[in-house]
Amino acid sequence: MSSNSSMRTPLGRVRGLGSAKSGTGHFWLQRVTAVANVFLTIVFLGVVISLFGKPYVAAVATLSHPLVAILMLLFTLSGAVHMRLGMQVVIEDYVHHEGLKILAVMANTFFAIAIGAACVFAILKLSFGG
Amino acid sequence: MAEFNLPANSRLTEGKAWPKPAGAKKLTEFKVYRWNPDTGANPRTDTYYVDREDCGPMVLDALIWIKNKIDPTLTFRRSCREGICGSCAMNMDGKNGLACTTGIDECGAKGKVAIYPLPHMPVIKDLVPDLTRFYAQHASVEPWLKTTTPAPEKEWAQGKEDREKLDGLYECILCACCSTSCPSYWWNGDRYLGPAVLLQAYRWLIDSRDEATGERLDDLEDPFRLYRCHTIMNCANACPKGLNPAKAIAEIKKMMVARQV
Repeated sequence: MSSNSSMRTPLGRVRGLGSAKSGTGHFWLQRVTAVANVFLTIVFLGVVISLFGKPYVAAVATLSHPLVAILMLLFTLSGAVHMRLGMQVVIEDYVHHEGLKILAVMANTFFAIAIGAACVFAILKLSFGG
Repeated sequence: MAEFNLPANSRLTEGKAWPKPAGAKKLTEFKVYRWNPDTGANPRTDTYYVDREDCGPMVLDALIWIKNKIDPTLTFRRSCREGICGSCAMNMDGKNGLACTTGIDECGAKGKVAIYPLPHMPVIKDLVPDLTRFYAQHASVEPWLKTTTPAPEKEWAQGKEDREKLDGLYECILCACCSTSCPSYWWNGDRYLGPAVLLQAYRWLIDSRDEATGERLDDLEDPFRLYRCHTIMNCANACPKGLNPAKAIAEIKKMMVARQV
């Protein structure tokens, strides 16, 4: 990391390691997934409400419809990506210890992938007959 | 982690209560943050009573009255007394503003006026914050016209419509009220440029005469320098000039997306 000693000029400290020349992709993807989530969450809630109190076979029947299964997969994907991006921003805001921050950002990515993979597996399993 | 408690040597203690001026009919109580680097003692809040019939209507009038009539050691910055120099920016009754354009009656709703330095900046003494980094951040966005085309014989031409795009931006007096009201700037002020500096950056990004727009955007494109803004909007609420730094930052983000999408 760049030196932050008191001998360094204020401008030198502010310029630091320079611009990362990235961040817009992260910002834009968070907005795109947010817009997608508005639609997909409504669909997801519709599916959950329609299955409320119904047996396992009803869930299998609903999810075996390709449109429902694809929408649920998209919801999972968009939700997991959005969750990872948002959580990363929170970590960067509040975790200031460099090592801990790297670990937290990494753990956040692993968590989002694990959750996403588990949901995708569950949807596919139900969709292909339970 | 972000620090939500003040360090032990920064915690406030109750300071001296100065006697009420004799014979005054209309008094207003002022609780003022005091810290002297020479004593090594924790900061304290001193209590002063200002004779309103002997004092002007603004918070700055009261501070000058206190300094002249009660306690000459009270330290604060002031210069123009009309909201154009930005020197007397401070936190009054929990809101950042200029002491010279804030009426005592505007912030004395609780019967007393609490006065602190701008939040989350190192304090030099009493109400004087250290703005060194803030000014360095301003310098880092190179706030001047940058051109490659040789300078014209007269001035750089700019149409009326393009000139109007600078309205709401050029008026910024760099008082730091907005940046020091921003939680994102509190937690990450070493890497996030903050609303005042980003508004200044946008003032040059949107200037039709400037030829370095791309390089300026390159320099700002950073998860911390620009994208720590989470549209909290404290900046727009705090600005004593009625400007909207949050909107300027949103416009910069739109420019960033526009050149990619």
